[in-house]
Amino acid sequence: MENNNPNIPIREEDKCLNESRRNFLKQSSLITAIAITPSMMLKAAESKLDEKIAWALEKVAVNLEINGTKYNLLVEPRVTLLDLLREQLSLTGTKKGCDHGQCGACTVLVNGQRINACLTLVVMQDGKKVTTIEGLADGDNLHPLQAAFIKHDGFQCGYCTPGQIMSGIALIQEGHAGSESEIREHMSGNICRCGCYPHIVDAIMDVKNGGLQS
Amino acid sequence: MNQFQYYRAATQKAAIDVLTREPEAQYIAGGTNLIDLMKKGVIAPQKLVDINNLPLKNIEKRQGMIRIGALALNSEVAKHDLIVKQHPLLSQALYAGASPQLRNMATVGGNIMQRTRCPYFYDVSMPCNKRHPGKGCGALKGYNRMHAIFGASDSCIAIHPSDMCVALAALRATVIIAGPRGERRIPFEDFHRLPGDHPEKDNTLQRGELIIAVDLPDGPFTKNIHYLKIRDRASYAFALISVAAALDINNGAVRDARLAMGGVAHKPWRLFAAEKLLIGKPVSTISFRQAAAIAMQDAKAYEHNAFKLKLAPNAIVEALEKAAEVI
Repeated sequence: MENNNPNIPIREEDKCLNESRRNFLKQSSLITAIAITPSMMLKAAESKLDEKIAWALEKVAVNLEINGTKYNLLVEPRVTLLDLLREQLSLTGTKKGCDHGQCGACTVLVNGQRINACLTLVVMQDGKKVTTIEGLADGDNLHPLQAAFIKHDGFQCGYCTPGQIMSGIALIQEGHAGSESEIREHMSGNICRCGCYPHIVDAIMDVKNGGLQS
Repeated sequence: MNQFQYYRAATQKAAIDVLTREPEAQYIAGGTNLIDLMKKGVIAPQKLVDINNLPLKNIEKRQGMIRIGALALNSEVAKHDLIVKQHPLLSQALYAGASPQLRNMATVGGNIMQRTRCPYFYDVSMPCNKRHPGKGCGALKGYNRMHAIFGASDSCIAIHPSDMCVALAALRATVIIAGPRGERRIPFEDFHRLPGDHPEKDNTLQRGELIIAVDLPDGPFTKNIHYLKIRDRASYAFALISVAAALDINNGAVRDARLAMGGVAHKPWRLFAAEKLLIGKPVSTISFRQAAAIAMQDAKAYEHNAFKLKLAPNAIVEALEKAAEVI
């Protein structure tokens, strides 16, 4: 594992990849050596690629604003936004469920729009503003939708809840909280295996109707 | 996920140059399908060319058409005034696809380029001619409930998963391509391929080519339209069968019709014969049943998807009835 950060545990899938990666490195060491020479960088500049060129083993500089804090980060190109939040920044409120965009547990807002953090690379989000569940409360004052989830019993195990709340906030902003059926349709990207859906809909309806103002 | 080199292209030409030169490079836009496939180990591109900074996001009115930039997000197209008013069928199809989060990431070009969701394609321990040409098809004698009933081959019975593309096929869109030798236009019908002996080729794009836009011709299909999607759960699932239906109705008769299906073939499936049959026919369930019957003529089921032979014609009739507002 080339990763030198002791805070990032080696995952099983990475161990498996190591073998093929070593083979790849052996085969392509010559190519890699050439690729990193300044002449290649010049060539890239000539062909009008912008400055963001990261080689396979190199980390690339990315600027992100997360919950109002600015970060200047160095990340491998293959790191997803979800893995950055959880593993490098210790913002573990955003959950990893399926890691394939099917469950919605990793839902965050990027420039105000809800997305699945597991299916986007950090390098693709350079310069963006990210809001996670940790960015909602003002000290001890919960966001109205957080309070509504407690009031309406909108969770049991709680694993999907950060994603549900981020998705619910976006849904209200999008104007899709017109009716219970509309809420259900536009919350379909967030799975709750405890089956708290009716209470989640109630919580969103409550906030949409002006309940639990902070 | 495999490691890769990352390029962020500042110009269209730079992006096309890299893809033309480097056989292991791929474009990345929304990433919702590509990153998923990379995590599963289905694909392992050595270079990704990020095209998100290219100016291809506009949706604009042009002479006789609407041009949608390839990087327009699915969510933005679905709610755009021009689309909602002039091509509501496309808007409905987009809202039927994926989840709100994915629609906020997925682009029009990426949606057109998405790979099949055939589980034998996704499972790298299974044989798949699309993943490894010549290795055989796991679905042919496997669990093939989701698979094709039209245009399949012994090499591949996978289906194209998109809803958006079914509407674009029905509305006779044109895909605008930029490549190393300049721009060209491909009628939507000719963009995706049937599997034949080369299921590894999803479409007719050449090396280095990039989708830059989709043109939608102006048409009369603003009112009597319906996108019907039948799936295993109420929302957020791929189609078992979907039908895009658009009618131009005059004095109780069909003046013009557009029909296409999803979930049935390796490409969005146009119902040419049914469209032709409907023209001039009275708007009635009887006409719609005739159209459905002719649409199903060459259908062929496999072990687990025979239910589609009944479901598909019923779905065609229901979509047409809803489009015509007779039910």
